[in-house]
Amino acid sequence: MAILSKDDTQAILKKVLSFAKADETEVSLGGSQSGNIRTARNAVSTAGEVSNLSLGVSSSFGKRTGNASINEFDDASLEKVVRRAEELARLAPENPEYMPLLGPSNFAESIGYNEKTAAMTPDTRAEMVAKSLKVAKDNKLEAAGFLQNSAGFRAVMNSKGLFAYNKSTDVAFSVTVRNQEGTGSGYVDHSYNDVGKLDTLALTKIAANKATSSVGAKAIEPGRYTVILEPLAASDMLGGIIRGFDLRTADEGRSFMSKKGGGTRLGEQLFDEKVNIWSDPLNPELPGSTWSGDGMPVGKTTWVENGVVKNLAVSRYWAQKKGVQPLSGPGGGRFGGGGMIMAGGTASIEEMIKNTEKGILVTRFWYIRMVDQQTLVQTGLTRDGTFFIENGQIKFPIKNFRFNESPIIMLNNVEELGKPVRSGSSILPPMKIRDFTFTSLSDAI
Amino acid sequence: MKRRNFIGLAGMGAAGALLQGFPVLGRTIEEAEFLVQRADAAAKKRMADIALQAARSKGATYTDVRIGRYLNQAVITRDNRVQNVANTESYGIGIRVIANGSWGFAATEKLDNDSIAKTAALAVAIAKGNSKLIIESVQLAPQKGLGEVSWKTPIEKNGFEIPVKEKVDLLLSVNDAALKGGANFINASIFMINEQKYFASSDGSYIDQDVHRIWPSFTVTKTDKASGKFQTRDALSAPMGMGYEYMYAGPEHKVNNGPLTLYKGRYDMLEDVKAATQHVHEKITARSVEPGKYDLVLDPTHLGLTIHEATGHPTELDRVLGYEANYAGTSFLTLDKWKSKNFNYGSKLVNVQADKLQPGSLGAVGYDDEGVPSGQWDIIKDGILVNYQTIRDQAHILGLKASQGCCYADSWDSVQFQRMPNVSLMPNKNKRSVQDIIKSVKKGIYIVGRGSYSIDQQRYNFQFGGQLFYEIKDGQIVGMLNDVAYQSNTQEFWNSMTDIADQSDYRLFGTFNDGKGQPSQSSAVSHGSSTAKFEGVNVINTGRKIG
Repeated sequence: MAILSKDDTQAILKKVLSFAKADETEVSLGGSQSGNIRTARNAVSTAGEVSNLSLGVSSSFGKRTGNASINEFDDASLEKVVRRAEELARLAPENPEYMPLLGPSNFAESIGYNEKTAAMTPDTRAEMVAKSLKVAKDNKLEAAGFLQNSAGFRAVMNSKGLFAYNKSTDVAFSVTVRNQEGTGSGYVDHSYNDVGKLDTLALTKIAANKATSSVGAKAIEPGRYTVILEPLAASDMLGGIIRGFDLRTADEGRSFMSKKGGGTRLGEQLFDEKVNIWSDPLNPELPGSTWSGDGMPVGKTTWVENGVVKNLAVSRYWAQKKGVQPLSGPGGGRFGGGGMIMAGGTASIEEMIKNTEKGILVTRFWYIRMVDQQTLVQTGLTRDGTFFIENGQIKFPIKNFRFNESPIIMLNNVEELGKPVRSGSSILPPMKIRDFTFTSLSDAI
Repeated sequence: MKRRNFIGLAGMGAAGALLQGFPVLGRTIEEAEFLVQRADAAAKKRMADIALQAARSKGATYTDVRIGRYLNQAVITRDNRVQNVANTESYGIGIRVIANGSWGFAATEKLDNDSIAKTAALAVAIAKGNSKLIIESVQLAPQKGLGEVSWKTPIEKNGFEIPVKEKVDLLLSVNDAALKGGANFINASIFMINEQKYFASSDGSYIDQDVHRIWPSFTVTKTDKASGKFQTRDALSAPMGMGYEYMYAGPEHKVNNGPLTLYKGRYDMLEDVKAATQHVHEKITARSVEPGKYDLVLDPTHLGLTIHEATGHPTELDRVLGYEANYAGTSFLTLDKWKSKNFNYGSKLVNVQADKLQPGSLGAVGYDDEGVPSGQWDIIKDGILVNYQTIRDQAHILGLKASQGCCYADSWDSVQFQRMPNVSLMPNKNKRSVQDIIKSVKKGIYIVGRGSYSIDQQRYNFQFGGQLFYEIKDGQIVGMLNDVAYQSNTQEFWNSMTDIADQSDYRLFGTFNDGKGQPSQSSAVSHGSSTAKFEGVNVINTGRKIG
């Protein structure tokens, strides 16, 4: 069993710390159990189970730090890994940016663990995927999909008395449905904390409907168009921007948050006033860790309010250097805090289409790459269902486009925001954006 | 039960970008542990035989076993300091079987006899479970047992035996040169990989391989406070299937085709960073490109990525068949185009070869991860599509009697599947220099280095940037340009190739982290070419204003 309870974790970490002789020691324990099943051409292609449990030790003498890890848990091994980290620390060069460890804090209990999701088996995964394949076979379509669930925990304890623990679950399902002639394609991709919310049958029907309704796509001229981005397309475009909310790179002059003449855009109106972005580890749809990897508490943080940049993440080192308070970034990797959440309205995508005179509905984007770090201009393509809207109705499917557009410019051209939903590690509304730049046509389906 | 240990290289700031996809799997280990004697082949054969026997007794009709020890080292620096030295190791066994006509796979890091037998049984149980949801049984191309054989990357200096201090000193001297030259920031790193792989199959093969790869890299950044602009220039190195000898370049490893020095088979990091520091200054003030049609002269440091995306990927047979439809995508190079024997992929000058043997390349191995000996074959011949890339369960689809040996797994606990071999553009058979090609261009751009890249899921429409863009006017390079990207369609683009330099300019490009599969796996592959000319390609200006 790779998911250890808070008490068991605390007991192991205390024992590890009892072996420590360094000036400062931080120990961490994390594990997960996950399973997956993959399909293609209406059949299962691969399936697997993965579990891991690993202990990490970080020992510091002055500003010299050594790290070591191990996956054996007898006393001798626990002592061995501490000694190894200490030996490596003595050999390491001094880190001028070393920050002393933090003391204890009261971290909020995380809400990210769902028993049902954690209890999924190869059989439950196969049953869920069988329902999806049936939709494709019944409609003489072809499905390729992937279902993956995971349960995990992580904890950190240090020689200054800090202890933090968090456990979480997640399940993600995606499926591409194509017609047999290869002239139509549809896609869905949804993630949940609670597997009870995942309906592979209903989702595959959406993808199947996109596949059949995208047949016979017409070519229209590339150019600037009003677009309605479904939440998946919006998260494809906006997924990367939140990483740029960082004070250090802005201060260093190498970020879109840097200002001409020096300084940052903190406090400036950088986006349309309809734009409000925050992160919240206690959001039930997108729960995250309530503490960061370096032991800072993480709560709800507002990043953009009415289009104004309200906060930039600050590491402890940079905060000390600049005389400001440290602040953990939102979601992902070393940060706690859950992902990006953007406010919207109440309109459904159908309602947004109804009040659109002329525009393009985008299901998703694909192969997005940064073109210019200065302006965040990205390129990529539409995929799996792109439609022309006229006088409040979808008129016909259109051929896929390549775009070159900056999410910063996009968030200045907001016409309307719909009802937010979770998409991957973000909660975003469908959004109507004017003057979105498509630069060429693609023959891909 | 599979088991995987991830060691995150956290807290790395901007260097994190360099690490994306770097397979830092495994436990951290001390430098000295890298040098521990390899487990001997006889011990691995005993373990493999236990797995083969256990799987057969449970009903497997075919079994292969991979026992892998994967060593990685990453030395990462920023400006005047070391950010991280990470040594990782991952060791375990992966067992793949066919039972009831279906594949099954299981892996464990526990290498006692009992765990190996249980894992083999689990693989058979998963195969039998999966067999309820398959449409046709796996059909495996024959592969004769090879007995006990071995292969080793022909390295001159084992990078893992070079003291970390030597690598740190080199990187800090590189950083020092950039900062002294007026750069504001630099990230520099060296990544090394050693795959010690043992393969055994129920066909009677026992294959011991020792594979080495190395990748030195940097990014130099220059900011301009007054304008609020910043520019970067990445290293013009290539990741290689070599040892530490790659880091020692002599005059014979340097190519000078005009405005800068480029590297062939070896790399001079210190010399390149000095040039890069000059380049970021020039890039800050370079003229923004006028969009329109240009003749492009593409250096191998750039063209390799275009070959990778627009030739390598669409000729992967699993994509063509739809196995990657939900992730990496499908391909426009459908089987009917291959069967017609006249699908005009490119101009007559376009000859593309797959090659799993090429010395110094990332894809060079003696045998693939299902025990097939490495080979070489044509993919595009005189502009016509003639072949794909296959593994054993696909060969019959092309009427081939044997696999082409394109099977790879990125770890012992990942299941092997079809991955790209080295795919290279053949040089001009006639004598032709880059200088002569540039002289033949009236209005063009000479592009060096890899930049942003994006291509659609069937590999028709693509857009590529680069590191350095030199404007060509009436056969002369006249200065540097900014905000350049070109957009084209694969077939149109390769048909616009009207010139290519000869063998003397032929160099390898490489990519360390090609992603494919769900869960995603990473593979490393090289692409060779000489500098080539493409006529009348659409160039766009990527510059925009924000705020």
